Amino acid sequence: MTDNDTATAPIVQMEKVNKHFGDLHVLKDIDLNVVPGEVVVVIGASGSGKSTLIRCINGLEEFQDGHIMVDGNQLTPHGKSGKALQKIRTEVGMVFQQFNLFPHLSVLDNVILAPMKVRGWSRADAVETAERLLARVGISDQAAKHPTQLSGGQQQRVALARALAMEPRLMLFDEPTSALDPEMIGEVLDAMRELAREGMTMVIVTHEMGFAREVADRVIYIHKGEIAEAAPPETIFDQPKDERTRSFLSRVLKH
Amino acid sequence: MEVTFQFDWGAAFASIPHLLPGIPWTLLISFGGLAIGFLIGIVFGLMRISRSRLMRIPAIFYIEVFRGTPILVQVLFIFYGLPQLLGGPINALTAGIAAIAVNSGAYISEVVRGGVQSIERGQREASLSLGLSRTQAFRYVIWPQAFRRMIPPLGNQGIISIKDTSLFSVIGVGELVRQGQIYIATTFTALEVYFMVALLYLAITWTLSLVLRFLEQRGLAGQ
Repeated sequence: MTDNDTATAPIVQMEKVNKHFGDLHVLKDIDLNVVPGEVVVVIGASGSGKSTLIRCINGLEEFQDGHIMVDGNQLTPHGKSGKALQKIRTEVGMVFQQFNLFPHLSVLDNVILAPMKVRGWSRADAVETAERLLARVGISDQAAKHPTQLSGGQQQRVALARALAMEPRLMLFDEPTSALDPEMIGEVLDAMRELAREGMTMVIVTHEMGFAREVADRVIYIHKGEIAEAAPPETIFDQPKDERTRSFLSRVLKH
Repeated sequence: MEVTFQFDWGAAFASIPHLLPGIPWTLLISFGGLAIGFLIGIVFGLMRISRSRLMRIPAIFYIEVFRGTPILVQVLFIFYGLPQLLGGPINALTAGIAAIAVNSGAYISEVVRGGVQSIERGQREASLSLGLSRTQAFRYVIWPQAFRRMIPPLGNQGIISIKDTSLFSVIGVGELVRQGQIYIATTFTALEVYFMVALLYLAITWTLSLVLRFLEQRGLAGQ
């Protein structure tokens, strides 16, 4: 592979990925490529498998067959990826619906933990990066507090800073605003918007259709574990080709 | 009608100097046994929640056996029974510490398991997604939170084990009850002496409760 190829090669390649939870076929022959710099938004009804899909990318979910390649590291079915999985998780950040901040650590310690323990940075370097990132998400004055002392929107912004501190090549967002009070959704989306503008590669599961239309390069509609339609946002939202996409959008966009 | 028997405070106070030598023994057996029991509890508690059956089954077996049999039988087995297997005597202090260790270890295993399992799955997922290894996730994220939740049940077990040492008078170790028995043999003031023995246990367990309450409050303030 030449340097030129690496630059344009997909950072995520999913090929015929299948996942079952017992009798339930959660993901069916998923094919998905994400290229560096791309923002992919995944939409679909709850239980459609969209969270499971992105959780497969960093190995939080096992899959039964197919191939997943992330940044040159191959994930193997049945969760037996070992070192490759570790490398992927180091390079891929994730923001969760429930924030999942570490409640026993201060905001600052939440952000510096992984850079120090995984990347081996000195405390001084980690703190410098953390302070820069916390300032960027507008939380600098709260660094010494504990997560439970912050609002939901602030917690989610800390979670974003924590993931970014590892300098990820790819960011995954699993319904990042679904657990937030309505008045706090905007501040989190703003932080994500800025990240997208800076060229971060992002895969986002969300119910925020306005946000999807605005930031996505490509929108993927998942229906019962299958990719029903994948297209630029204008196409998906204004001229959906698939009947299932039309029906889903008419239900979520109406109210 | 006149009361024929009265509580003799003089006799009660007079017993104190004779009982005090029991306190170091009681403390040594309790805290020595609990320290070892805590280590046993961590090891078996984690084995109990291991994904490997090879780890889980021995842990379940250990917990069921030592939680399901009386501590009195355990200490008699160790003191009188084991020497026949080992071919040499075991001193009473060692037997007492060992009995507290294996008995509290079984209960503490369950405390450890409960504490670790009570931590939300998202904590582990967030740790792993940041690139931490499973060991690092446990050490830096899961365990510190689990340990805080374990403090109240650990305190409970500590108090139970301190009181359990009173049974070890049967193997002749010179703890509080044993000292009381020896003293009563010469004075026949059972009421007063056992009353004082009870008070001394209360002093020990109450102190422990206060220390734990302090630790818990500090722990909660940090959350």
